[in-house]
Amino acid sequence: MESHEEKPIIYTMENKPIVTCAGDQNLLTALYSLLAQQLPREPMEWRRSYGRAPKMIHLEANFVQFKEELLPKEGNKALLTFPFLHIYWTDCCDTETYKASVKEDMQRWQSVLKLHSSTDWLIVVVESDNKKKNKTNILPRTSIMDKIRNDFCNKQSDRCVALLDPLKESSRSQESWNSFLTKLRTLLLMSFTKNLGRFEDDMRTLREKRTEPGWSFCDYFMVQEELAFVFEMLQQYEDALVQYDELDALFTQYVLNFGAGDGANWLGSFCQPVRNWNGLLLRRPIDMEKRELIQRGEASLLDLRSYLFSRQCTLLIFLQRPWEVTQRALELLHNCVQELRLLEVSVVQGALDCWVFLSCLEVLHRIEGCCDRTQLEANFSHTVGLWTYATEKLKSLGCLCGLVSENGPNSEELNRTVDLLAGLGTERPETANSLQSPYKKLKEALSSMESFEKHYLELSHAALEMYRAIGRLRSARLVGKSLAEFYMRKGDAQTAKTFLQDSLKSYTAEGWSLPLTHTRKQIAECQKQLQQTEDYLQTSALLASDKNLTDEERKHFCQEILTFANKAPESKDQRVALSMTAFAQLRELKFQPASASVHVGASLQLELRLCSLMPVPVQLEQLAASVHFIGEQPGTRSGPAGTQRRPGLSPDGTISFPAVSPSGGVLPGTGMPALELYEIQDRSPSDNMLNSTSVVCKNAHMLLRGSEGSSPLDVHSAVGSAFTIEDGTQVLKTNNVTLLPGNNSVIFTALSTKPGSYTLRQLCATVGRVQFVMPHIYPIVKYEVYSQEPQLTIEPLAESLLAGLPQRVKFTILTGHYEVKKGDALQLSNTDSMPILHSSSCFARILSGTGELVGEAALSIQASEKVTSISLPLTPPYHTLEFQLEVLCHIPLSPARVENERLTNGEIRHRPKSRTRFNSGMACIDQKVSIDCPWSIYSILISLTFYTPFRAKHSLLSAGKRKYIQVCLENVSNTNFRLANQTLSEHQHTPLLELLSLNAKTHQVVYSKQSVYSLWEVKWTTEPLPCLQCVFSASFSPADAPDTALKPYSYEFQLERVSTLYSVKADIQPAVGEQQCRAGTLCRLEVSVTRLIEPSDTEGEDEELTENEGLRTTKLMYEVVDNSSNWAVCGKSSGLVSMPVAAMATHKVQMEVMPLFAGKLPFPSIRVFKYLPHSAQPTSQPDTDSCLENDNLSLLDKGLDEQGDTASLRSRGSIHSVGSNEQQQRALPMPRREPFSPGQVFNSSHTQQVLVLPSTDDHVLEVNVT
Amino acid sequence: MAVCVAVIAKENYPLYIRSIPTQSELKFHYTVHTSLDVVEEKISAVGKVMADQRELYLGLLYPTEDYKVYGYVTNSKVKFVIVVDSSNTSLRDNEIRSMFRKLHNSFTDVMCNPFYNPGDPIQSKAFDSTVSAMMVASS
Repeated sequence: MESHEEKPIIYTMENKPIVTCAGDQNLLTALYSLLAQQLPREPMEWRRSYGRAPKMIHLEANFVQFKEELLPKEGNKALLTFPFLHIYWTDCCDTETYKASVKEDMQRWQSVLKLHSSTDWLIVVVESDNKKKNKTNILPRTSIMDKIRNDFCNKQSDRCVALLDPLKESSRSQESWNSFLTKLRTLLLMSFTKNLGRFEDDMRTLREKRTEPGWSFCDYFMVQEELAFVFEMLQQYEDALVQYDELDALFTQYVLNFGAGDGANWLGSFCQPVRNWNGLLLRRPIDMEKRELIQRGEASLLDLRSYLFSRQCTLLIFLQRPWEVTQRALELLHNCVQELRLLEVSVVQGALDCWVFLSCLEVLHRIEGCCDRTQLEANFSHTVGLWTYATEKLKSLGCLCGLVSENGPNSEELNRTVDLLAGLGTERPETANSLQSPYKKLKEALSSMESFEKHYLELSHAALEMYRAIGRLRSARLVGKSLAEFYMRKGDAQTAKTFLQDSLKSYTAEGWSLPLTHTRKQIAECQKQLQQTEDYLQTSALLASDKNLTDEERKHFCQEILTFANKAPESKDQRVALSMTAFAQLRELKFQPASASVHVGASLQLELRLCSLMPVPVQLEQLAASVHFIGEQPGTRSGPAGTQRRPGLSPDGTISFPAVSPSGGVLPGTGMPALELYEIQDRSPSDNMLNSTSVVCKNAHMLLRGSEGSSPLDVHSAVGSAFTIEDGTQVLKTNNVTLLPGNNSVIFTALSTKPGSYTLRQLCATVGRVQFVMPHIYPIVKYEVYSQEPQLTIEPLAESLLAGLPQRVKFTILTGHYEVKKGDALQLSNTDSMPILHSSSCFARILSGTGELVGEAALSIQASEKVTSISLPLTPPYHTLEFQLEVLCHIPLSPARVENERLTNGEIRHRPKSRTRFNSGMACIDQKVSIDCPWSIYSILISLTFYTPFRAKHSLLSAGKRKYIQVCLENVSNTNFRLANQTLSEHQHTPLLELLSLNAKTHQVVYSKQSVYSLWEVKWTTEPLPCLQCVFSASFSPADAPDTALKPYSYEFQLERVSTLYSVKADIQPAVGEQQCRAGTLCRLEVSVTRLIEPSDTEGEDEELTENEGLRTTKLMYEVVDNSSNWAVCGKSSGLVSMPVAAMATHKVQMEVMPLFAGKLPFPSIRVFKYLPHSAQPTSQPDTDSCLENDNLSLLDKGLDEQGDTASLRSRGSIHSVGSNEQQQRALPMPRREPFSPGQVFNSSHTQQVLVLPSTDDHVLEVNVT
Repeated sequence: MAVCVAVIAKENYPLYIRSIPTQSELKFHYTVHTSLDVVEEKISAVGKVMADQRELYLGLLYPTEDYKVYGYVTNSKVKFVIVVDSSNTSLRDNEIRSMFRKLHNSFTDVMCNPFYNPGDPIQSKAFDSTVSAMMVASS
């Protein structure tokens, strides 16, 4: 607690519960100090009604002499002055005195108490040894006690206590003293509980009557406050605070109800006009002036609120909760302002501002008074609200009283000031001596402009610093903005600007467009006052494009720029460069042609889609784009073929640019300007050697600046030089463009004089003296200019060219830089295999570089023996000339054996690579064409690939001795063909040979990927039949073409060893005694080989003949194989037979086979080979694969000759042909077997079947039927 | 009821802001922006105490003479700010809470829209009507 300058009338801190003392006053005087000191020493538990938590309290008491006036009269509700306990002190120890005086005195005392119905009393009998010694006739002390008890405490014997020599230091006396104190405390508490309980009940009753007419809040207030006082007296501050809070809430509710139309009469007194606004007063524990006003029912709303708050404040500070004070203070101030508004109390303008201002400062002073510096600093967040509120109020007072304007207050404002000051009244005595009182501050601030400024700035900066200290930067900036507005009014634009730019930074960074616009507008005003032309224009541009502003405002700012632009320059160098971002945005750039790549001299158009952000049309004197040129490096590339798709360029030649927020703010995420790098190469001038190379960042200043976190506005203002047009570069220009608001299309014609790559660097729009510059164009916009060599290509019209049919091919000439002049012709060397079929109506189409048809011209084609000359029509450079020619590629006779050379006429004679690629089944022919072009001294060789549409196969079929030739023609192309006139002819015109056609005479259609078979029977009379050279020929045409289009196709083949040499016949007989073959039982297989024809000389070379006993024999090897596991061949499955070389000589071999299954089983296959013994000179290159194994041969040695016709069944159960051919020697090279040509061996039992019955075993056959 | 409703992105730029007397729109923008200071303070304070069971409702951010500013922060750090007229004393804490809950539900619906890019300003009719309902309810 502070020291108090004035003693209040009720001094609660020193108030103690009153205890009256009657009887022997000397005794009390002797014990008083001890009693007052000892009573609070021990805490007592206070149990309370209504379920409130028990509390430990230290009791104190104020012991006063008993007087009848002290007792409360009927109806007096005062609690503070209420005597809670009455004590009668006596040290009487003899009955006589007791009877004589004391008893009477006590009775009087008791009757007074009874009169006031007070039951809280205590009689104390003090006994001392001294007295006992003096008196002779000592009654035992109990008797006095007993008497008193008897006389007064009929039922309450505890109302009388004995105190044993309290001033002595003996244990007995100590004991009795303690028990006395305990008794005293207990009784006091009992009294509190009883009396407070009664009081509270009364109070509640009173509160319940609040709806009755005539109820007064002020009266009730006094009653409840009494309770609060008592709690405070008992140091129960929490409870005291609750009383005030209840009053507060009750009052608030009344005000709210009043606002809702439910008015109470008593509230009228609070609605009187506010006449006094001297703020809160927190320096006194109880503001008695206000309390009296309330008591009299004359308090205004502000008085009541002030008083209530001062009490709450006092209690909160007792409870050491100062930060709650600040918080409640702010609520109170806001609430009061609202309540006055709600109750429609008339208030002088500015009066509330004064009241709030004074109150804020008073609260802050009060808090500062009870906290030290560090505590304050740690709790800025609690106080800063009050500081700001005070600042705001002072500012509005300043505005009201004309202290902020440049010219000072006028008379009206002065009058207002006087009125306001009058309402403050005189300064309160508490603060009269302090220099810094809120009252003095306000008076001083309102006294003159200078002192107002001083105070206002002091407060603002204090608030600003506090906000900064606690990290509330946004709030700090808002205060800063408010300061800026103040500076603006004072005409100090420079200071204002710094504050505004600080705020702007924060709004920009967080993307709050509306505050951003507002702040920027204020900055524009500052800049205009400061005559910072360039900055002002830049800001104006931003504002003119700002969608948050009205059209009028935007037009105004736009007009500012235009006015400046059209003013005659004062000096020469008065151009102003501004950033284009606010003025217009490049949205899209479109190249025409879309590839952004043209040949030298061609026209390339750039269409810019500029979105003007200005609200009015702006006439541009010039729109220029500076271009950076890099010459074409030799050998890199030429022609559009090498055009890679550049990043950002869409297929239709457009580049889209990312939208930038026009307000200069970088939207969160869009980030930094693009990095722009230059490569620097230093080459020595003499030999062009590279000396050094480096990379330079062109826009480092922007990038680095950005990372420092400065606002874009700074960038604009600081690096104006960056907006100047780059020197020494080429410029694309368009003059006199009018940019309408919104999208505009501006067309540039690009430079294309030199081949190389052109990069757009900057865009610059000129309006009078103002240039809007876009310093960097990103993504990079680039176009290429190239020069191209003429080119000739020939390509098939269809997907592939077919040989044998007329095919159209397309000639395409890209003229490149060459201009086709009159008389220029293509010279094609003729070839026999591929004649050029020219028709009279042959037209050439001339196309421009972009593929548009320019014209058509007839071609004149002249063919001489060696050369076909095509004279070309006139064609300008970089055009395309197209025409079609029909060519026919003859099908080579037999693609398998291509030896025929194809000669190209002219100087080159080359062997065509007729690769037979069986790619997708089509044989292809590469046909080279040699062409002389007018633009080149060299011939051009162009290869065309033709595909043969057919594939032919032949086969020889036999039926005994009769022979047939089958030709299979497979259509391998994707076209359907009609086939006619299939003929087969013998090449050598062998006499007596007849080929009998077995085919249909009509046309046949061969569908794609299908085959046609043709068959001829060969009939001859001469023996043996020699080698046959056959040619198959047919005519074909596409299925949908007319008959006349039939083209020949031929297939040549050779047949050798046509006649049948041997006939093989097999027979299977059941085992002896069986009717049918049975599965699982051995059957007899008899193979008979019959020679059909006499040996001829021509065949001698084929067969190894042996002269043996005048019989010419040849050796054959047979083999029985069953691949389908139907048969088990028992024993040897192969063997050698010696065959007499004579017609109808037969050799039979028997062996045993076992059928494994029942049913109709096909015969096992029987193969016959030529057997060439080791000694034989190989007639042809031996095939290693056909060598027989040694161990196989070892058995095939003897007795072959003796075997004769009947096959011998050996005891081993296996067929075994044993030859006795001694001449076989192991050391010699291995014998071989060689297959016969197809047709030489006829197997007459081929595909024959034999019935096999199941074995007789009764096998259980399980059949499951499901 | 509410005089201004704002949805602010995690990065503190406004996703949605609407106020009733349109002429004082600017003032509300300033108010809401400044309130972010307190929101951040509260978020960081809350974060220290209990990380898990975080209360989304931040309560009264700060009162001014005329308005009360309430805050709410979603788990994805999107902030809702509702400004209420001080003279409207019938509003209790519970009602403010339920307003925020409604706002949050509607905001969730907006986020669920596959055509909405998170981070874009909210232009949803449904959201608009939710906000309108809050603003009209009392006035």
